[in-house]
Amino acid sequence: MRAWSRAGQALLLVGPALILLLAVYLYPLARLLLLSFTGGPDGAFGFGAYGRFLESTVYTSVLLRTFRISLTVTLVCLVLAYPVSYVLSRAGSLTLRVAMVFVLLPLWTSILVRSYAWMVLLQNNGLINQLLRRLHVIDAPLRLMYSETGVVIGMAQVLLPFAILPIFASLRNIDPRLPAAARVMGAGPWRRFRSVTLPLSLPGVAAAGLLVFVQALGFFIIPALLGGSRVITLAMVIESQVVDLLDWSLASSMAMVLLVVTVLLVVGFDRLLGLDKVWV
Amino acid sequence: MTGARPHPLLWIVTGLVLVYLAVPSLLVVIMSFSGGLFLEFPPRTWSVRWYQAYWSSGSWKDATLRSFEVACAVTMLATSLGTLASIALVRLVVPGRSALRALMVSPVVVPTIVLSIGLYSVYARWRLIGTAAGLILAHTVLALPFVVLNVTAVLYKLDRSLERAARILGAGPLRTFTQVMLPLLWPGIASGAIFAFLISFDEIVVAMFISGSHPTLPKLMFDGIRYELNPVVAAVSSQLILVTSLALLGSAWARRRTERAGE
Repeated sequence: MRAWSRAGQALLLVGPALILLLAVYLYPLARLLLLSFTGGPDGAFGFGAYGRFLESTVYTSVLLRTFRISLTVTLVCLVLAYPVSYVLSRAGSLTLRVAMVFVLLPLWTSILVRSYAWMVLLQNNGLINQLLRRLHVIDAPLRLMYSETGVVIGMAQVLLPFAILPIFASLRNIDPRLPAAARVMGAGPWRRFRSVTLPLSLPGVAAAGLLVFVQALGFFIIPALLGGSRVITLAMVIESQVVDLLDWSLASSMAMVLLVVTVLLVVGFDRLLGLDKVWV
Repeated sequence: MTGARPHPLLWIVTGLVLVYLAVPSLLVVIMSFSGGLFLEFPPRTWSVRWYQAYWSSGSWKDATLRSFEVACAVTMLATSLGTLASIALVRLVVPGRSALRALMVSPVVVPTIVLSIGLYSVYARWRLIGTAAGLILAHTVLALPFVVLNVTAVLYKLDRSLERAARILGAGPLRTFTQVMLPLLWPGIASGAIFAFLISFDEIVVAMFISGSHPTLPKLMFDGIRYELNPVVAAVSSQLILVTSLALLGSAWARRRTERAGE
């Protein structure tokens, strides 16, 4: 009796959130899954849409481009985030606080605001090209807008905080006695870094890489605004299939591929390293 | 700290990266005061004409109000649903607890474009396209993980003996909740609520598909920059930066007050 009322109480508390998730989260996703299998001739059940997606060279090149951009963005973020996190993990509390405002500010600034700024900066007669021309680095303006370079610059700026925070956390959690011990035993600064600090911070680096890569895969706004029709990514194809071409089965099959890849990456990572441990 | 101080070169790299992070937001604020018809940096003339254009335009005002209404409703809905669910997940014996927790947090992982087209297809049948209710429900799904993460984080740290003491002293479950747990959970709930508000107010991809003929502020901004670089967007952006900075300062102040009260 008591156990029953406990279960009833729990249901009462979880119930409302569960109903919401069932209706406007799980059901829409399940419907996409179903739609993705209606791609056969005359809407018959089958893998037709997946076939059309993966056999078309146009769409596979979009898929490849999406992975290439995501990978580049991830590498750029990790390379930039590591030194910043390293310096911040050793900085005084005032420097740290000021720097953290800079790191967190973009998280709280609308992604549209930032895309807008990059569009102005990266234009052919934008600030960056003007500067480079005045310094006589280039003669003709670089094509930064509507190119993969521009998309990577914009996306890396948006995703950088997600790389800095976990790497910083893992560097902060290293017991300072470990590098000190290495020093006592005669290891120089480079050796201390390579054999002690770097290996101990790798879980943070891995978490940062995952967070950035997974988000980059599904990015829509930045590629749509900075890449335009020249840099089409998977999310953009999904949108145009739905909005312009009304090909729901193809759009759904692409969405399912994107969803499954994302979920597999996150779940696999969680099994291997445990997301809870690194995401503090 | 022990260990060598970072090499000066590393400090320079750090400085450059911080500039890279901050530059877009700062530039937009400066450009918003441009007097020219086209966006340029640095502006040749200065004016507040884009601010005037924003404040005198009906469509911008409607979109702002729409976003504000939706975000307020999302904040209330996500915070209450998320808090109740968190309490059950941490304190009660729920079958499939870890699966439920994973479900509630999972919308963070799902690419927004995927959820957006799913919602678009379902909402078209339910006639929810262009309605405030449809947007509120969809944004609540996106905000829920942040409420659950924030509230469960506080719950795990909370001393259970306080609730037991209240029960022993004769308080019913409701009274224990409102008079003992709620005040203690307040910091987690408040930061969850701020997250929920900002997520909804800032959300663009879902709104692009389902806001229909009643665009939200981000949707109108997106339209304003996708096909032309409308300078009004710079004025809107600067005001958004101001409002979010104030909201964050407010939350930092609230957190400090609760920390002090706890001492």
